[in-house]
Amino acid sequence: MRYPFPVGKADFIQGDEAIARAAILAGCRFYAGYPITPASEIFEAMALYMPLVDGVSIQMEDEIASIAAIIGASWAGAKAMTATSGPGFSLMQENIGYAVMTETPIVVVDVQRGGPSTGQPTLAAQGDIMQSIWGTHGDHTLIVLSPSTVQEAFDFTIRAFNLAEKYRTPVVLLTDAEVAHMRERVYIPNPDDIELVYRKLPQNEEEAKLPFGDPHGDGIPPMPIFGKGYRTYVTGLTHDERGRPKTVDAEVHERLIKRIIGKIENNKHDIISYEKFELDDADVAIVSTGIVSRSAIRAVKILREKGIKAGLLKLNTIWPFDFDMMEELAEQVKKIFVPEMNMGQLYHLVKEGANGKAEVELISKIGGEVHTPMEIVERVVG
Amino acid sequence: MYLKSAYEIREKYLRKDMLPTIFCPGCGIGSVLQFTLRAIDDLGLNQDEIVWVSGIGCSSRVPGFVNFDGLHTTHGRALAFATGIKLTNPDLKIIAFMGDGDAAAIGGNHLIHAIRRNLDVTVILINNFTYGMTGGQVAPTALKGLKGTTAPYGQFENPFDIAQLAVSAGANYVARWTVFNYLQGINSIKKALQKEGFTLVEFLSPCPISFGRRNRMKTAPELIRWYQKITVPLAKAKKMSPEELEGKIVIGEFADRDRPGLVREYREYIKRAKKMMGWEE
Repeated sequence: MRYPFPVGKADFIQGDEAIARAAILAGCRFYAGYPITPASEIFEAMALYMPLVDGVSIQMEDEIASIAAIIGASWAGAKAMTATSGPGFSLMQENIGYAVMTETPIVVVDVQRGGPSTGQPTLAAQGDIMQSIWGTHGDHTLIVLSPSTVQEAFDFTIRAFNLAEKYRTPVVLLTDAEVAHMRERVYIPNPDDIELVYRKLPQNEEEAKLPFGDPHGDGIPPMPIFGKGYRTYVTGLTHDERGRPKTVDAEVHERLIKRIIGKIENNKHDIISYEKFELDDADVAIVSTGIVSRSAIRAVKILREKGIKAGLLKLNTIWPFDFDMMEELAEQVKKIFVPEMNMGQLYHLVKEGANGKAEVELISKIGGEVHTPMEIVERVVG
Repeated sequence: MYLKSAYEIREKYLRKDMLPTIFCPGCGIGSVLQFTLRAIDDLGLNQDEIVWVSGIGCSSRVPGFVNFDGLHTTHGRALAFATGIKLTNPDLKIIAFMGDGDAAAIGGNHLIHAIRRNLDVTVILINNFTYGMTGGQVAPTALKGLKGTTAPYGQFENPFDIAQLAVSAGANYVARWTVFNYLQGINSIKKALQKEGFTLVEFLSPCPISFGRRNRMKTAPELIRWYQKITVPLAKAKKMSPEELEGKIVIGEFADRDRPGLVREYREYIKRAKKMMGWEE
């Protein structure tokens, strides 16, 4: 297989470009999108690469159509992705719910910008944390990953596809304008060295007849692809194991929703990923995600130089959230600081996790700039 | 031709465990479904290579009753979902079963762009001037003066002519019939299914329960008589003045052409890309 970019070596590229290349290497062969700053470069790269690898890249009439098209593509057997920013992500929410309900593996990239509404198109923000987790209506769950470097943007994109396929669920790659537009050295691995996951397919007629059942007891039904003769009916209505609408049966609804949530929650230790810096003996913890983590790492170093035992917990997965781990951390430290580029979205999750075992303080910054390390240091020193 | 009994068609194509349907007495959706299944059967199309897509509404429930792969999507978005299915697997033939509200109101944008792209899909459109599933609100196709729960004093907006819209936007095949034009309906669907690109067959369909009873036509026969009164065959309409056509709906075949479909265009695009990059001669 020939690739339209160098593989097995490092390159100096933007975050958006890294996401596009990673998607191609992850096996994505269908991209549908609608241009929006600061996510457009993902689309532009996909438009350039996709025809060369016999994939599809299509500019739809809006974001609603874009996510609809990738869900259709996924049911036709493709690994599929779309990318957008806050306002477009809001438009996609209804169909994110549809993908959750129909257990469709897709990857949705949200490159955050300042909001609400059209807000600050060209500046960075982390205001979509809540939207990425809880944007769609009803009881549901999905997976949200958050990279802080261009290399992570690359690596997490591959992971996003793997998790989507493994758990038959939509995965959101939540990044921001800083990571999207920054150029960094990225190692693009040889395709043979990348571990890829593919969705479970039905192994026999019995499994094919239950596209929303649980034949393996892990809550993840094999996914029958259209055109294979299984005659699968897929609906966003509450449905039974065979996919038949059962909209007024409380028991069927409860069983379906609990399984969809359970397949993520029961595997959260496989899904959740975080990194700890200097946390072993820390009295003060900083919890952050995305681009802010990079200032936070520097802040920890400065604080250590000042003799303050600070450490950082960098969340690579925002959802599912490890509330137990957060409580353990709160039991260990005296205080937790949460620097984030919004008015306090991750803060609420951390506070709930800390469960009153430690004081949790928000270090909020909005307007388009990332916290400087000293801004975090000054707040910690008090 | 057409010698098969309705029973045989039902046995072959319907999901028995899903019956009875949700449709009200006198509803025309079942008739249009039968036309479509007869067209498929007559053409000898492979049941496993057809995907039915739909949005939300009474007519959008149809894919649930037929024994094919089916995607019952969000309101108005069926054609956007279909775009992903078709471009991923061009071997699949796609039938979109849509209602007037689904296609022309919330889905209006997707409809015109799917036609503009010439997406390879056959749209079977049920037009009953009303939102049946939500209880009889006016649709964007409702003629002026018709009543609905959201226009209790009679519709004051201008209606959409979906077939004409499809012709203008570039569809390869467009026809409109009432559900009582049995043979023309089946023949049009057969033509549509055999064509590349975007094809649309619109059916004026009775909804006595939600629409008829608010417009003094409580039964299907009353609606039949009304459709006979307001429809004009295309040949006749050409000789009529705009004044004479006021409040009438023209039926017939409006477009039959062979512009390349989206799948063929994209395949050419891939070739062009590889050539421009020097990957292929």
